[in-house]
Amino acid sequence: MIELLQYLGKTTRVGFTKLGRGTYFLLQTISGIASVLLRPRLLINQMYSIGVLSFLIIIISGLFVGMVLGLQGYYILSDFGAEETLGVMVAASLVRELGPVVSALLFAGRAGSALTAEIGLMKATEQLSGMEMMAVDPIKRIITPRFLAGLLSMPLLAALFSTVGILGGDMVGIGLLGVDEGAYWSQMQAKLDFQDDIINGVIKSIVFGFVTTWIALFEGYDAIPTSEGVSRATTRTVVNSAFSILGLDFILTALMFGDN
Amino acid sequence: MQHTSTQDTLVGLFVASGIVGLFFLALQVSNLSSFVEQDSYTIIASFENSGGLKVKSPVSAAGVKIGQVSAINFDPKTYQSVVKMSIYSQYNTLPDDTTASIFTAGLLGEQYVNLDPGGSDEYFKNNGKIEITQSAIILEKAIGQFLFKSAEEKK
Repeated sequence: MIELLQYLGKTTRVGFTKLGRGTYFLLQTISGIASVLLRPRLLINQMYSIGVLSFLIIIISGLFVGMVLGLQGYYILSDFGAEETLGVMVAASLVRELGPVVSALLFAGRAGSALTAEIGLMKATEQLSGMEMMAVDPIKRIITPRFLAGLLSMPLLAALFSTVGILGGDMVGIGLLGVDEGAYWSQMQAKLDFQDDIINGVIKSIVFGFVTTWIALFEGYDAIPTSEGVSRATTRTVVNSAFSILGLDFILTALMFGDN
Repeated sequence: MQHTSTQDTLVGLFVASGIVGLFFLALQVSNLSSFVEQDSYTIIASFENSGGLKVKSPVSAAGVKIGQVSAINFDPKTYQSVVKMSIYSQYNTLPDDTTASIFTAGLLGEQYVNLDPGGSDEYFKNNGKIEITQSAIILEKAIGQFLFKSAEEKK
């Protein structure tokens, strides 16, 4: 019994310490933003490895998700003779939920894990300490550019995911199943609101980008500097990111779409 | 590490396509084009029952959308539902004996206000009041009445 309590107490303490370190790390990262903006080259390099290299997987997944939505939506809606609302269904589910969430999950798997492994390995091979020895702040030089790049890339990737998905749904719905093209687009435009749907979707993706990049960078920076430690940190990044994305998505949805 | 200018180009391409995606969502997918505030004037109608009418529900005449509902309030004196509608300024020739009725698009579709222009020579001004209105048809009520009637006939 005592052991159980002791274990619970220890877990809580460790959890809170980690949260505290994470917050301190985040504040340090944010305080470095000004110095990164003075050296945009660092940011461009990271935009390349985080954004551009995630581009292809996002586009392809978006296309297939949109196509599947088109197919499944058509089968169900045609039972009610409401095939014309296929556009609304595909676009609303992509813009509100699937776009931000799935692209954030893919982002965590593709870019987040790479960030953790990269930084964890830098720590294991003492590159970070080396920088400190040369009076270069590793937070400003390494962490902040990656953080900013993740924050900027995520909304762009989510928007691309939704766009390609809607076009994929268009391809399957209109090209393959013969839904009326005018109805597909006009119903979509009539039902989707710029403020309520598009902006809220973008806000979601910014929040997810923030959280995912933060987790990935912190896990890498906080990893035990051994090969096993880095591998565990990478796993934790993907798992924790997925949990945070899905949990936050529920909270954000409840806040945003509550009063409809 | 790739050559820096190639990298710049790719990053530029990525950012540009992301922005194009956002624009596509804003303009092609959502109603941003109608989100831009058009010049409009307000007319007011009181209904016995405004049913499932909502703010932003369309207001149409002869099947064409000419405005949208801007507010719905309950009048504590007359116990009626006061519906304010903003009509686009280009349609400023509605006669002041126009009647308003609440219809449903399709059997289960959303509700909208339909305006039937009358024959008066005077046009509505801002905050004009529609005198003749017809309430929303509540489906449950209609079915109830129908069942009641057919039961009566059988007697």
